[in-house]
Amino acid sequence: MKYLLGALVLTTTMLTTVQAQEYTQVHSEASHIRFNYTQMGVTMRGGFSEFTGELRFDPSTPEQAHVMIDVDLVSIDTGIREADAEVTKPEWLHTAEFPTARFESDEVMALDEQNYEVAGRLTIKGQTRDITVPATFSAENGIGVFTSHFSINRSDFAIGEGAWASFDMVANAVDIEFELTATVDD
Amino acid sequence: MSEHYTTTAKTLHWLMAILMLGTLALGFYMQDLPFSPEKLRLYSWHKWAGVTLFLLTLVRLAWRLSHPPPPLPAATPRWQQWAAHAAHWALYGLMLAIPLSGWLMSSAKGVPTVWFGVIPLPDLLARDPVLGDRLHTLHLTLNWVFITLLITHVGAALKHHWIEKDTVLLSMLPRFKGLNRG
Repeated sequence: MKYLLGALVLTTTMLTTVQAQEYTQVHSEASHIRFNYTQMGVTMRGGFSEFTGELRFDPSTPEQAHVMIDVDLVSIDTGIREADAEVTKPEWLHTAEFPTARFESDEVMALDEQNYEVAGRLTIKGQTRDITVPATFSAENGIGVFTSHFSINRSDFAIGEGAWASFDMVANAVDIEFELTATVDD
Repeated sequence: MSEHYTTTAKTLHWLMAILMLGTLALGFYMQDLPFSPEKLRLYSWHKWAGVTLFLLTLVRLAWRLSHPPPPLPAATPRWQQWAAHAAHWALYGLMLAIPLSGWLMSSAKGVPTVWFGVIPLPDLLARDPVLGDRLHTLHLTLNWVFITLLITHVGAALKHHWIEKDTVLLSMLPRFKGLNRG
């Protein structure tokens, strides 16, 4: 009986521990969304300063994870001041009509303890595309860090129309880097 | 005094003269254009030309230091000789300082320079828009000083040719004919 009770306590403790491992709080201020693009052979670095994330991720049950990230496109920094104003225009991101870009996961597959594949939908400028991106996760002292590095084609989202549609000035591929810091729900 | 500049010196002088006038004109033209692919293209060309001019200046200086130019006519007053030397060295200095200030400005504004879209130049400065604006002012100021000196340079060459009727201008021109002037 004593043994059984001990096992029960142990199991409960384990369950609690597992329960407490779900990362749900995304800390935007400690997170980054950056991008690289190539303009006439010149690699430019940019980023977004404003975004919010919703997350449910438990390393022990990654297949149940869900993530949704909303990026405020007006907060863009293209690396060139003049271009920051330009990219809000209808030819580019058309932020007046589509102020937010969203990535929402549909399925998370664990490759190993640190590497995952996240299938989801990316919506920019009213265009939704299915994408599958790699992701890594590492945690230390209850602070989890998710990173993802992938590439999208700006033409898939009609980013850069008219005179900008040609890729000889601004390349089609845009590299995107996420670094999200999250903690377990308090 | 009937010496010519060397063919190399002449070639560098006139090649750079054409390239500099083009780069200068492009620089003034491109800044007021509305943001467009065309504008970005012209900015890239301007930077490529600037890097090219910087390198040509180094070649030219190496040549100049190893090949003394023909002496000025003996009749040239001492102050004019001094002024001519000072002006030439100032022009050389600006030929280095102007592209350098443009490169630094570009770095500070956050746009690396990639020569002909192939060879990336190191960014000597981290991105700093305020510093970028200051370097823009510097780049512009240096160019106005350069233009002023250029007008003086051309004016002096023409004065030598038409007023003094000496061979100073001819010594930098192709050898169409002898340097004997009546």
